[in-house]
Amino acid sequence: MYVSGQSGIGRLIQALADSGHRVIGPRIRNQALVYDEIAALDDLPKGWTDVQEPGHYRLEHRGGEKLFGYVVGAASWKQYVNPPEAVIWSGTRGKEGFTTDPSPAPAKYAFFGARPCELAAMRILDDVYASNDGVPALSGYTATRAGVFVVAVNCGEPGGNCFCSSMGTGPTAKAGFDIAITEITHDGNMRYLLESGSDKGAAMLRSLEGMETATDAEIESAEAMLAAAAENMGKTLDTEDLPGLLKGNALNPRWESVADRCLACANCTMVCPTCFCNTVDDNLALDGSQATRTRKWDSCFTLGFSYMHGQPMREPVSARYRQWMTHKLATWVDQFGEMGCVGCGRCITWCPVGIDITQEAAAIRRADLRDTRIKVGGVTT
Amino acid sequence: MSELVATLSDHDFFRGMSEDHLAKLAGVATEIEVDGDKVLFGEGGTADAAYAIVSGSIALELSVATRQLIVQTLHGGEMLGWSWLYPPYRWSFSAVANEPVHLIRFEAEQLRDMFDNDCALGYEVMKRFAGVITSRLAATRLQLVDFYGNAN
Amino acid sequence: METLTEPAVIDQMTPIPFRVRGVREELPHTFTLELEPPDGSFAFLPGQFTMVYAFGIGEVPISISSSTSKPGTILQTIRRTGAVTHALGRLKSGDYVGIRGPFGTPWPLDTARGGDLLIIGGGIGLAPLRPAIYHAIENRADYERVVVLYGTRTPDDILFEKELAAWGERTDVTTMITVDAADRGWHGSVGVVTRLIGRVGFDPANTTVLVCGPEIMMTVTARRLIEGSSVEPENIYVTMERNMKCAIGVCGHCQFGEKFICTDGAVFPYPEVGHLFDIKGV
Repeated sequence: MYVSGQSGIGRLIQALADSGHRVIGPRIRNQALVYDEIAALDDLPKGWTDVQEPGHYRLEHRGGEKLFGYVVGAASWKQYVNPPEAVIWSGTRGKEGFTTDPSPAPAKYAFFGARPCELAAMRILDDVYASNDGVPALSGYTATRAGVFVVAVNCGEPGGNCFCSSMGTGPTAKAGFDIAITEITHDGNMRYLLESGSDKGAAMLRSLEGMETATDAEIESAEAMLAAAAENMGKTLDTEDLPGLLKGNALNPRWESVADRCLACANCTMVCPTCFCNTVDDNLALDGSQATRTRKWDSCFTLGFSYMHGQPMREPVSARYRQWMTHKLATWVDQFGEMGCVGCGRCITWCPVGIDITQEAAAIRRADLRDTRIKVGGVTT
Repeated sequence: MSELVATLSDHDFFRGMSEDHLAKLAGVATEIEVDGDKVLFGEGGTADAAYAIVSGSIALELSVATRQLIVQTLHGGEMLGWSWLYPPYRWSFSAVANEPVHLIRFEAEQLRDMFDNDCALGYEVMKRFAGVITSRLAATRLQLVDFYGNAN
Repeated sequence: METLTEPAVIDQMTPIPFRVRGVREELPHTFTLELEPPDGSFAFLPGQFTMVYAFGIGEVPISISSSTSKPGTILQTIRRTGAVTHALGRLKSGDYVGIRGPFGTPWPLDTARGGDLLIIGGGIGLAPLRPAIYHAIENRADYERVVVLYGTRTPDDILFEKELAAWGERTDVTTMITVDAADRGWHGSVGVVTRLIGRVGFDPANTTVLVCGPEIMMTVTARRLIEGSSVEPENIYVTMERNMKCAIGVCGHCQFGEKFICTDGAVFPYPEVGHLFDIKGV
């Protein structure tokens, strides 16, 4: 385990840029935290924190030296490996029908400042886009993802809507990173523990100047901070038989109650780091010589999503909300062997009416239709 | 006579009825053969007979504008309609044989009198008709929806 | 920063050009494309589908309706419903389509061996069943009774009419057709297709049923088989359909409960999806 001062972080950013990476990291834009290109230490939101509640997001500048005193903003890393709009194939007409055009080389990214929940989200998306017999589902995703250098940051201050502890995805990064950073204040100084999680992470750390060996005291301080963070989540989600609960409550009246509030605006699916629904749009050049296939983010909340033979197959908002939540917390397990939710809390923060997925799950659990005991006036007999 | 009783007891509609009841029914019944394309009775005609189809198929037709529309075919083991059971005793469709058909014909008025006098027999027959009418209605409803997805 | 390179590893979203050898009009709104695979052979299993691409217009999932014993000729029977299918319907011999696939789960023709095979199609649902019928006829000794029941709206809507008639001529296959309504002159059955079930002989304890048609037709048929004929639900197979954009389980559109219809289906044993039919909008 290495440790350094803030300048070490700056050197890491520089080294990533020098080795041909587009370094993407947290910055402040339009009063929100975004993931965009960073070039130097000064680009990081030093002294900033965020206040997140259902349907509420504010940034606050509280001063101080912390580089990572906030959690996640609206956007997630999925926009870089699976862009909101991307050409995934283009072809040119020819004598034998058409030929596939050469594709652009993938960009080489460094994701700087990925939170542990986001590492879990990346792994979950990797499972979704897994290759079949060595053939990628989407060559763009696979190629881009393979080149990403991941620098994770462990979370010392969970956000108001965070529940990574409930999901087992944080606040400490266990895997899926090349380097993991823990920011602590030790003896009045900002110290940054740096752990390598891969060969290329180790090589990078070895190449940096100013890396010292972390002391036992520093390591203990980091561990204590992260242990406290795990107990200090903004929200909790009871995941006990959650898939069974949701699959068994497809007819629960709670879905109607959510539908009274839900605008079907699709914000939750846009900000969710694991939502992967996409649509495909085929287009033709005006002279008919070239065709492109574009993949665009889509959302199960739209009416058009389930359109078939002239009508939507999933028309009521209650059915659409049920689809999203049941997929995320229940049927994802049937499909991929794990839940799709990482507990980042974005859907709670960015829902304009503040619908809280942890509360909805709890409400359904309290009124579980599978419970054959009769409830009279709230008392179970 | 007993051959007719045997034919009735084998018939899907009458299956399970007692020999006594079957003998009473056979008493007002005759077996008839109808050639293919022959009209057994016409829409709006007096429903003065009940028919049990033993073999062959019969098309039930409705007159719609200038068309003769077949809305149902019935086959061996089925009863050909029930308009003879209820006033005004008029057929609501025409019945045309698709092919040579073997039927058992019952005198409707005699059947109705028999049911009035022998309530147990009447109940057995009505019970069976209730089943036929419900399942025929359910099947007909499926002909009303876009069952085969052919609507554009 | 970005430079062009030679075509990278082909991925599962890349269409392959197939030459159109011929187009056959089946019904007023339905046609069949006869396609030639570029390598001369395209292996698939009965019940599988491809994504058929009209260059620059779009893709639609279409079940393959040809025989697996003729992998050099791929038939895709298509109904004109929207922009893509209309574009495909304007193609001529010598044109090209893009094909991805084959995708999906096949009809259980292997596990059905040694028993009766009951094949029930409604409307255009006969097309995804045709490869199974071909297989059963070409491997007749593998099955006990082979029964084909077909229902459609009117006699003018009978798909593959000549082939149905030819199958009807066979002594080793029982074929029955019914329509919802017909004009006088039709000497066949009129009535919903489930009424044919009671008129054919098959051993409910040793039969595999393949059902294909609109959802309401499949659910009604499955219930009739289970409740009226005591067929075990796990011996009934249906094929589902939903909006599809990728056919490889990454666009999310075709989800039906926990199932991706493109990868977990489209052919399903009835118990896997039966409980979902009652949940509106699932």
